[in-house]
Amino acid sequence: MPYIIQVNGKQHTADVESETPLLWVLRDTLNLKGTKFGCGAAQCGACTVHLGGQATRSCQIPVSVLGASNVTTIEAIGETPVGKRVQQAWLELDVAQCGYCQSGQIMSATALLTKIPNPTDQDINQAMNGNLCRCATYTRIRAAIKRAAELARA
Amino acid sequence: MDGLLAPFRSAGVKSSRRNFLKASLAAGGGLLLTARIHGIAKAAVSGEAGPREIALNAYVRVAPDGSVTVTAKNPECGQGIKVMLPMLIAEELDVSWDKVRIEQAGYDPKYPAQVAGGSQATPVNWLPMRRVGAAGRQMLIQAAATTWGVQASECDTTPGVVRHQASGHTLSYGELAEKAAAVKVPDLEKVPLKDPKTFRIVGQPMRNVDGEKIVTGQPLFGIDVTVPGMLYAVFQKCDVHGGKLVSSNVEAIRKLPGVKAAFEVKGGTDLRGLLDGVAVVADSWWRANRARQQLQITWDEGDITGQNSADFARKAAELAKGAPSSTVRKNGDPAGALAKSAKVVEAAYHYPFLSHIDLEPQNCTASFVNGKVEIWAPTQNPAPGSKLVASTLGIPESAIKINMIRCGGGFGRRLSNDYMVEAAWISKEAGAPVKLVWTREDDMRHDLYRPAGYHFFKGGLDGAGKLIAFTDHFVTFSQDGAVANSANLEPTEFPARLVANLELGTSMMPLRAPTGPLRAPRSNGLGFAFQSFLDELAHASGKDPVAFALDLLGEPRVLPDPPGPRATPGFHTGRMRGVIELAAEKSGWGKTKLPKGTGMGLAYYYSHLGYFAEVVQATMAANGLIQLDKVWIAGDIGSQIINPLNAENQAQGAALDGLGTAIGHGLTIEKGKIVQGNFDTVLPLRMRQSPPVEVHFRVTDFPPTGLGEPALPPSLPALGNAIFAATGQRIRSLPFKDQKLNASA
Ligand code: FES
Ligand code: FES
Repeated sequence: MPYIIQVNGKQHTADVESETPLLWVLRDTLNLKGTKFGCGAAQCGACTVHLGGQATRSCQIPVSVLGASNVTTIEAIGETPVGKRVQQAWLELDVAQCGYCQSGQIMSATALLTKIPNPTDQDINQAMNGNLCRCATYTRIRAAIKRAAELARA
Repeated sequence: MDGLLAPFRSAGVKSSRRNFLKASLAAGGGLLLTARIHGIAKAAVSGEAGPREIALNAYVRVAPDGSVTVTAKNPECGQGIKVMLPMLIAEELDVSWDKVRIEQAGYDPKYPAQVAGGSQATPVNWLPMRRVGAAGRQMLIQAAATTWGVQASECDTTPGVVRHQASGHTLSYGELAEKAAAVKVPDLEKVPLKDPKTFRIVGQPMRNVDGEKIVTGQPLFGIDVTVPGMLYAVFQKCDVHGGKLVSSNVEAIRKLPGVKAAFEVKGGTDLRGLLDGVAVVADSWWRANRARQQLQITWDEGDITGQNSADFARKAAELAKGAPSSTVRKNGDPAGALAKSAKVVEAAYHYPFLSHIDLEPQNCTASFVNGKVEIWAPTQNPAPGSKLVASTLGIPESAIKINMIRCGGGFGRRLSNDYMVEAAWISKEAGAPVKLVWTREDDMRHDLYRPAGYHFFKGGLDGAGKLIAFTDHFVTFSQDGAVANSANLEPTEFPARLVANLELGTSMMPLRAPTGPLRAPRSNGLGFAFQSFLDELAHASGKDPVAFALDLLGEPRVLPDPPGPRATPGFHTGRMRGVIELAAEKSGWGKTKLPKGTGMGLAYYYSHLGYFAEVVQATMAANGLIQLDKVWIAGDIGSQIINPLNAENQAQGAALDGLGTAIGHGLTIEKGKIVQGNFDTVLPLRMRQSPPVEVHFRVTDFPPTGLGEPALPPSLPALGNAIFAATGQRIRSLPFKDQKLNASA
């Protein structure tokens, strides 16, 4: 059945089964490929989006539960000041290797910095632990989060 | 050619074809340089039995506006090759980096591209790519000199500009590009190269070319490909590798929502090719995969007797009681020396099967129309893929076009092209373009695994603590009667060549599951076993592990490899000493007073022509969990770190990859099937566990080599050795998460 959902501030209609995970609606119905599939089981964080501002694993959210809440994906996160700084820090520090996990990392990092502008290492551990990076770029992810926090202070 | 390729040539493999450089007018104006240079790739990266010929291709276009486009022929999987190769060309061409654009080329079977082996790309391309740039620069100079009626030798360049010193005339590369296309091309072998001291680009930090697209979520990876009219596919194979399809309820599947086609596939026996299975094609991936869950398939699994991890362990221990079935190396009189030793240490080590777990699951898009197929594949190695598709579909390679798409991690997995042939076959049968996407479970259960291994060591020390005898009975795996891919042991394995009485031997157990190269093939397991056991010997000798290592290595010298297809320029004891000393210095080895329950471990390893020593500091937390405090990496990869920004990232990633693997990654086989399927049972390193990693390079006079792989092997044993230092417990089996660690010890 058709679901009306709010993605990146726009209304979209997705005519899919009620159990269809948001991840696949984003990727295949709305053609927003930035949100990635890594495990389909809430284990990797590659599919992280913001749901009402909260970092959420889109592979676990059936389209039917979205209602009116706004979904923000990596494609639009640069429109928020925090998201923009996070992207800038990521580029400055050349965080990515293969890059596949990074949209999920950026979404989690942006949610963290929105809540805690100057996170400690413990805050970072907690907020980022659900996002796997197979290339293990964790050293730079941590540094880039701190850099983004610094950019906000500047 | 290149000094590093020379050893491979002298080993009896000669490049038979001629190198060429061609200049022409580029479409849209300007100069187009096309170079093809033949070389020999060593086998290590592909896990193949011997080295093979490769062609290095370079396309460089100097446009009338002065911009330079370099076409990257190497697929990018995160090693930074897409940036590195153009850096080499741009350096010698003498253009400023902001004028350089990088394009990804497709695969052309006429000119096979080199495989993506991060560590191999550097030594193989270092001189050839620089020569291409240097030749272009000479032609631009010649074009300017002709214009001015002066000698080329009176002219010089600054980035993007030729200058006549005496008159002060200048012409930009853009202005000269067209004229340069008519200049006689210089001899690639003789073209003079820059003095590295004058490099402006090489040695500078350069960022990922796709960085902007990555952070903004633009479609970039194989899984993001969309082509008109595309459907989505999943493919269910037998979880016992190579099992045969007997029957299925595929008719019922066809009636499910969104399903456009569902059919049985009869594959062959090649575990790297098309196998038996059932394909489900639907109008969305999620629907295809949901329909697949209704599949009921009867398989003929074949003979799975003994195909269990527990049986392998038992059998290995049994085999270890006898003599190895083949001898890899024997020096002196190991048995006699052991009998005479003041102290004998015996230990059995084990490491498990591993999956590559690329974060982007295997996938491929294919469109088969009228006997021709176009493919969009995240592959590290398109050439064999093209052959495989041709032979399986019964079409000529000329009917196949492969677009190489950025890979979300490779680690060796995408050297095989099983997903490619599946997509091509399914598109042909379904009569539509399809994107095949594997689930995580498909990816973990249908991999080419890093083989498990069992090592039974003995070491003998004399009264002074010197290592006088060393033996390893390595119980490994065979497939179809031959040693399984990446499951072999070389006669140069350290400490071979340094211990007077030494024997390396192997026995094999037949394995059904396919195996293949994983980042730092062989070394990723052997390094753990050998370096952990050497640490045991160091402690038994009463010496500090650093002192023991330096004693063992002795004077700086080259230990030549025996001639053969895998021969490298040899092992340089001085280079290894250098990195051990550097790692010890930077980590404060032996100088830092560590709290109780905290220890430092050292390990060192030579692989892929790179010398790495690493120190890990770890603490045994009260809950029995291992806490990684810090890692120090010291590497010697020659005279030049081409891109320091990427080099540090690669080295850190490699060491952390190794640590994550050591702690949380291991597959078990039961009744021929891989038990684990997702990241709830295979546990790669996460942020919470991830320690600071310091990277130090020792710059030496040797030709530059790669580091994506050689920085990995030492980290696993360095952690094991740190746990021993912290607790007195020696962990001899991976992964650590499955071992009982006693926090109070
Ligand atoms: S795909 Fe959603 S957490 Fe991995
Ligand atoms: S950069 Fe490759 S998975 Fe994170």
